[in-house]
Amino acid sequence: MTVRERLRQNISAAFYRHGLLCASYPVPIILFTSVSILTCCYPLLKLPLPGTGPVEFTTGAKDYSVPSHEPQGDLGERPDWYQGPPVAYIQQVLVKAAVSPWDSSLVPVDVFRSPLGRVFSLLEEIRNHVYTDRSLETLCLQVTELLPGLRRMQSILPEHGCLLVSPGNYWQNRRDLFDSDPDILKTVHQHEPKGIHTSATLKDLLFGVPGKNTGVSLYSRKRVVTYTITIALSSYDARFVASLRARLKQLHPSVNCTLREDHMVHVHFKEEIGIAELIPLVTTYIILFAYIYFSTRKIDMVKSKWGLALAAVVTVLSSLLMSVGLCTLFGLTPTLNGGSIFPYLVVVIGLENVLVLTKSVVSTPVDLEVKLRIAQGLSSESWSIMKNMATELVIILIGYFTLVPAIQEFCLFAVVGLVSDFFLQMFFFTTVLSIDIRRMELADLNRRLPAEAGMPPPPKPGPLRPREAPPPPRPSPHTITLQAPAFRNLRLPKRLRVVYFLARTRLAQRIIMVGTVIWIGILVYTDPAGLRTYLAAQVSEQSPLGEAGLPPHLGVAPVFPGGDPTSTLSVLPAPEPTPLPENQSQGHGASRPGGAPLTSPQISWGSEDEEVWRRLSFRYWPSLFSYYNITLAKRYISILPVIPVTLHLNPQEAIEMRHPQDTQHAPRSSAKTTDLQTDLTLYKVAALGLFAGVVLVLLLFCLYRVLCPRNYGQNGVQHGRRRRGDLPCDEYGYSPPVSEISPLLLRGHSMDIECLASDGMLLASCCLAGQIRVWDAQTGDCLTVIPNNGLRRSSSSGCWEHRDGWDSLTPTCEPDYNEPPLRRRVTPSRPTLFGDQPDLTPLIDTNFGELPPSHTTVGFGFDFGGLVEKAYKEHEASPTMHFTAPTPPVTPAPPQRRRSLGDPPVAPPERINVSPGEWDSSVWSLELRGNLIAAGRSSGKLELWDAVEGTLRCCNEDGSSGITALAFLNNRIVAARLNGSLDFFTVDINKPLGLLQYRGPPGRASLPSSPCYSSEDVISCQLTRSVQCAHQKPITVLRAAAGRVVTGSQDHTVRVYRLEDSCCLFTLQGHSGGITAIYIDQTMVLASGGQDGAICLWDVLTGSRVSHVYGHRGDVTSLVCTNSCVISSGLDDLICIWDRSTGIKLYSIQQEVGCGSSLGVISDSLLVTGGHGCVSFWDLNYGDLLQTVYLGQNSEGQHVRQLLVLDNAAIVCDFGSELSLVYVPSVLEKLD
Amino acid sequence: MAEATRLSSNGTAQRGPYISVITNRTTNLLIRGTMLFGVGVFLALVLNLLQVQRNVTLFPPDVISSIFSSAWWVPPCCGTASALIGLLYPCIDRRLGEPHKLKREWSSVMRCVAVFVGINHASAKVDFANNVQLSLTLAALSVGLWWTFDRSRSGFGLGVAIALLATLATQLLVYNGVFQYTSPDFLYIRSWLPCIFFAGVITMGNIGRQLALYECKVVQEKIHQD
Repeated sequence: MTVRERLRQNISAAFYRHGLLCASYPVPIILFTSVSILTCCYPLLKLPLPGTGPVEFTTGAKDYSVPSHEPQGDLGERPDWYQGPPVAYIQQVLVKAAVSPWDSSLVPVDVFRSPLGRVFSLLEEIRNHVYTDRSLETLCLQVTELLPGLRRMQSILPEHGCLLVSPGNYWQNRRDLFDSDPDILKTVHQHEPKGIHTSATLKDLLFGVPGKNTGVSLYSRKRVVTYTITIALSSYDARFVASLRARLKQLHPSVNCTLREDHMVHVHFKEEIGIAELIPLVTTYIILFAYIYFSTRKIDMVKSKWGLALAAVVTVLSSLLMSVGLCTLFGLTPTLNGGSIFPYLVVVIGLENVLVLTKSVVSTPVDLEVKLRIAQGLSSESWSIMKNMATELVIILIGYFTLVPAIQEFCLFAVVGLVSDFFLQMFFFTTVLSIDIRRMELADLNRRLPAEAGMPPPPKPGPLRPREAPPPPRPSPHTITLQAPAFRNLRLPKRLRVVYFLARTRLAQRIIMVGTVIWIGILVYTDPAGLRTYLAAQVSEQSPLGEAGLPPHLGVAPVFPGGDPTSTLSVLPAPEPTPLPENQSQGHGASRPGGAPLTSPQISWGSEDEEVWRRLSFRYWPSLFSYYNITLAKRYISILPVIPVTLHLNPQEAIEMRHPQDTQHAPRSSAKTTDLQTDLTLYKVAALGLFAGVVLVLLLFCLYRVLCPRNYGQNGVQHGRRRRGDLPCDEYGYSPPVSEISPLLLRGHSMDIECLASDGMLLASCCLAGQIRVWDAQTGDCLTVIPNNGLRRSSSSGCWEHRDGWDSLTPTCEPDYNEPPLRRRVTPSRPTLFGDQPDLTPLIDTNFGELPPSHTTVGFGFDFGGLVEKAYKEHEASPTMHFTAPTPPVTPAPPQRRRSLGDPPVAPPERINVSPGEWDSSVWSLELRGNLIAAGRSSGKLELWDAVEGTLRCCNEDGSSGITALAFLNNRIVAARLNGSLDFFTVDINKPLGLLQYRGPPGRASLPSSPCYSSEDVISCQLTRSVQCAHQKPITVLRAAAGRVVTGSQDHTVRVYRLEDSCCLFTLQGHSGGITAIYIDQTMVLASGGQDGAICLWDVLTGSRVSHVYGHRGDVTSLVCTNSCVISSGLDDLICIWDRSTGIKLYSIQQEVGCGSSLGVISDSLLVTGGHGCVSFWDLNYGDLLQTVYLGQNSEGQHVRQLLVLDNAAIVCDFGSELSLVYVPSVLEKLD
Repeated sequence: MAEATRLSSNGTAQRGPYISVITNRTTNLLIRGTMLFGVGVFLALVLNLLQVQRNVTLFPPDVISSIFSSAWWVPPCCGTASALIGLLYPCIDRRLGEPHKLKREWSSVMRCVAVFVGINHASAKVDFANNVQLSLTLAALSVGLWWTFDRSRSGFGLGVAIALLATLATQLLVYNGVFQYTSPDFLYIRSWLPCIFFAGVITMGNIGRQLALYECKVVQEKIHQD
C-alpha cells in the first residue's frame, strides 16, 4: 500500500466520520458555525464604511507641525492617513463686499460690479505681501500647465505659477479687462457648463463659495457679494500667514467678525470611483453573478434547490467575510479596493466543492439512512476535494512569492478565504445538506427516473386515453409515483415551459435586482463622478430652464437714470478701510448706515463663514487640483483658518465704476422670476425624480408580476378555486403548478354515482339509476354494463329466480379500498345532497307508499322505518327515477365514450328483461373482489355478479332489511343491515378459489374471454351466521381486514368480530356519538371516529383504547392511518393529521366546503384530497401541496364526493354522474 | 458529419422553426459567430476601459469618450478575431477527434471569463516592480488559466500560435504608426501583450466550445428521436 493510498484511505475515513457527525448533530453544528462566523466577522465592525467621502481631522493651528511619515502610536485619535505633509495648505480670504448705503439711484449691476472690482486690489496686496524676505511666490504651490483636455480654461485658470484662484481670474487678473467688460454676468456664466452641476463648476472654483451665495446676480436681495481668494501654499509658514492675515485685517477690518482662527482642518480624500472604473467592475460582478447562477443551477435532486443554492452562496460569502475579518484581526489592514477584488476572490474560492459535495451525496443509494448517505457522499469525494484544495493552495503560494505587494495581499486573503471556506463547507454546508436530504423524500427522488418510468404520455387532455397506450407498469402495492417538478417539465407545452423556466430562474432575477439596487445605493451614497451630474444634465436638457434662464432682455428701467456723473470718489484702493463713518458701537467701520431707507445691505459674519469650503461640493478640492493633474486620492490637504475681509463701498464709488452698458440691464421687474425659475428647476428635478422613482417601482412590480406570477399555469378564472392564501406554499413561495396529469373521465352513468368499489384492476360503480358499470381501472374502458332491472339470465345464474323488487345488480365490494358509500351518505355529504336535489324528496315519499308489499313479505327483525326514511332517502330515490324515466337502464353507453370490446356483447342481452313498471330496490352497497361484484340492496338482497360478463351468478335473499354495508374478504361476505344485524355469508365455488384468486393477468384486453373460470362454475352464497342484534341501531360502518370485521353503529359502539367464526370479540365503547368512520388495516390498526368529533385508536388484540382525541367540530367523516400518522376529516372541512403514537395534532389542512370527506392516502407520505373539480396531492410529512390536478372543464363546480385509492395508484373520484381516473405515475417508494 | 447534415435537413421539415434554425449548420454557425463577435466587442470595450484608466487619475471622466477612447476599429477587430477563434476551436477539436472533455459547463466558462478579466485587471491596476515581473506573472496566470479550464494540447497550441500572430500584428501596426503604447518595453509594445492574447484565446475558445456543445446536443437528441 503506497503512501498515497494510505493517505487517501485515511482522508476518506476521516470524512466519513465527519459526515456522520454532521448528520447526527445538525443543530449544534450549525449553531457552532454561526457563532464562529460571527466571531470572525466581528473585527469588520472596526473597518470604516466604504465610501469616497472626504474625512476630516482638526488640529490646532498654533502648535502645528508637519506630521511625520512614521506612524506614532501615542496619538490615538490621530487617523492613519495623517502622515507626511499635505498636498497643499489652503488659505482662503473670504471677501464680503457691499455697496452701502444702498441708494435708489443705483442699478442692479452696481451690486456686484464695484465689489468685484475690488478683488484686483486685494490680489495685488496679497501678491505683494512680503514678510521677512518671504513672499507668496516662494511659499505658494507652483502649478504647471493644465491638463491637455482643458484648453478652453487656459485663459482663466492660472498656469505656470502660483495656484491662486479668485474671481479676478475671469479677467486674467487684469483690472483693465474688467473695467472694459460690458457684461460681467455673461463673462461669469459663459464658462458654466450647461445643466445643473452638483460638483464643482468653474464659477464655484473661482468664487470659492456656492454659486447662489455669491450675490453676483441682478436680483440679489441682500446686495452683498461674497467671494474668496484661494491660495494654495506648498509649505506652511505660520509667520507669513499671520502677517498676511494681520495686513488684510488691518486694511479691511471686519467688525463683528468672531471667526475662530485657531483650527486647521485636514481633509483626506479617498480614491474615487468613476463611471469609467465602474464599468469593468460592474462587468466583473455580472460575470460573477452568471457564474453563481450557472453553478447553483446544477444543484439538483434535493428537496429545496434554492435553499441549497443559498447555502452555497452563504458559505462562500461568509468565508470571504471571515477572511477579511481574520486578516483585520491580525493587523493586515486591507489596502486593496475590496469591491474590485471581491469577484475574483469568489471565483478563486469557487462554488465547485459545494456542488461536488451535493452531487456526491445525492447519488448515494436512497434507501440508506441519511447519516450514512452524507458520510458516504463525503468520503467518496474527499480525495478530490483535498486534492483541489492543495492545488489551489500551492497556486496561491506561488502567487505569494511574486513579491508584488498587491498580489501578495490578494493571495493572503485568498488563503485565509480558502481555509475558512473549507471549514464552512465541511461544517455548515454539509449540515445543511444533511437536513435537506432528510427532508427530501420519495416525491423528489423521481426526477432521476428515466422518462419511460413516468406516467404514460398524455398528449392532450382528452377525456379518454388512447387504448394503445401501454398500461403503466404494475408496481408493488406500496409504490406510487408523483411527478417531481423537474420531471414534469419534459412534456409541457412551450408556454408552460417558459413560465416554469422563469419561475425556476427567479433567484437569478432577484439577485440581479438586489444587485442593481445595491449598486444604485452605492452610487448615490458615494456620488462618484458625474452620475448625478449626468442625470441632472439629462433633466436640464429636457427642461427649458437652464442657464438660459437669465436673459437680460428688459429695457432700461425708467426709474433709474443713466450713469451718474456726480460720482467722484476714487476707485483706487484706499488705505483707509471704508468711507463709512465710524459710528458703530464697536468703533471700526461696520455696516449700520442709518440713512438708507431701502433695505440696506448688511454684512454679517456668522459661524457658517468659518469654514466656507464646507458648503461647496466635496469634489471642489479634488477637481481644482485635478486640473493640474494632481490627485488628492488617498492624500490630504490642510485648510488654514479663513481670513475675513469686509468691504464697504459707497454709492459714488459704485456709480463711478459703472460700465456704460450697465444701465442697460435693469430688469428689476423680473427679479422674482429668476428665483422662481431656479426654484422651478429644482422642483422640476424633484418631480421628475419622484416620477422616475414611481415608474421604477411600478416597473419592478410589473416585472415581478410578469416574471414571478403567483398563479402559474392557471389558465382562466375557472381554475381559480384555490385561494392561494389558504394554501401552504412551498419554500419558494409559490404553490405548485397545476399538473399536466390528464385525468381520465369515465362517462356512462346517467345519474349520480352512489357506490364505488374496486379491487385495483376493475372498478365497479353504481348510480342512482341502479345501473352498475364495470370499468377497467387501468384503461378506463367500460367492460360491462349491468342495468338496473331484474334480469333473468337463467343461463348463467341458474337456479335463482328473480322477483320483481329485486334488482339484478351485482357489484362486489372490497373493504380495503372502498370507502363504503353508505356511510358517506349517512354523514358528510348529506346536507349538500339535500341542497342539490330538492325535487327528489317528494318522490321518495310516494315511493315508500309503494314499498310496503315488498316489506311485508320480508317480515324480518327490526323496523327502522323512520331511520330508513331519514338516512337513505336518495337510495330510495333511484326506483322513483325509474318510474319517471323508464329508459335509463337500457341507455347504452353514451356516444362520447369510446366503446370498448366488452360493450357490444354485454349490452344487448341486458335490455331483454326490462319492464318499466317493475319495482326495483336500489343498490346500497357494492364490493368488488376478483371478478365478483357483491351488491347489497335496499331490499336486503345480496347479489353476486360476474363483473366481466355482467351475469348474475348468485343471489341471496335471506335478509329483508337493507344492506347498508358490505365487506368481501377471503370468500366471505359480511353484510351489515339497516336493522343492526350482521350477516356472514360464505361464497362457495365448485372450482375452489379458482375464481377468487383470479387477479387479472397483465393482458386486460383479453378480459371478456376470461380464462380461469367458465360460466359453468356454480357459485353459491350461503348465509353462515347472522348476528341479529349486533347493534342496537343501524350499522353505519363496516370494515374488514386482517381477519377481523369491525362495525360501527349509531349506538355509539364499535364491535370487532372474527371473520372465520363470526364471533364478537370486543365491543368498544368510548364514543359519545354515533360511529361515522372506521379504519382498520392489515397491521391491526383500528381507528374510529364518531359524530362527536372524537377519534379513538384501539388495540385490536386487547380491545383497549390507545388514544382518544377530539379533532373536529362535527362528525368525523373519514379516517385513514399510515405508519406514522392518522388522517381524519370532518364535517368542518378540516383535514387533520395526527401523530399516531402520541396523538398530537401535527397540522391541519383547510378544505373547501363540502369537500372535506374525500381523502385518500397513496403512500406513507402522499395524501390525496378532493376539491371542487380537482384533486390535490399533499406531502404528508410537511403538509406541502404538491400538485393539483383539475379534472376537466365540465366537472368544475362539482366537488369530489368520493375518492378511492387503487393500488395501482389511480384515484377514482366520484363527480356526480362521472368518474374520473387520475393516474399518479409510479415511483419507487423509499423503503425504510 | 454528413449524416448529421442529412439529419438536419430532415429535421427542418419536421420540427419547429427554432429547432430547425439551431440544427441548420450555416445558421447555427452564423448565430455562434454573432454571439462570439458580441462577446469579443464587449470584452474589448471593457478591457480597453481598464487600460485607459491607468492614465486617467481624477479628471472627471467623460464616460462616452473614454469608452470609445480607442480607435473605432479596435472593437470590431477584437470581435472578429474572437468569432474566428471561437469557431476555430470546436472545429479543430472535431478534426483532431479529441473532443474537449474537461468540465463542459457554463459555470466553468463563466469562471474562465472572470479569471480572464482578472488577468487584465492585474495587468492594468497592480503595480509591479518591473515589467519582467509583470510579464512573468501574467504568463503564469495565463498558463494557469489554460490548465484550469482547457487542458487540451490543441487548445494550448492554438493559443500560443494565435498569441504570437497577434503580437506580430500589433508590432506591425505600431511600427506603421497606427497607434502606440505609452511605455513600450518589448520592441514597440508591452511585453505582457502575448500573455493577454493567450488568455483571451483560451477564453474565447472555451466560450466557442460551449456554444458548439448546443449544436451537438440538438443533433444527438435528434438522432435519438429518429
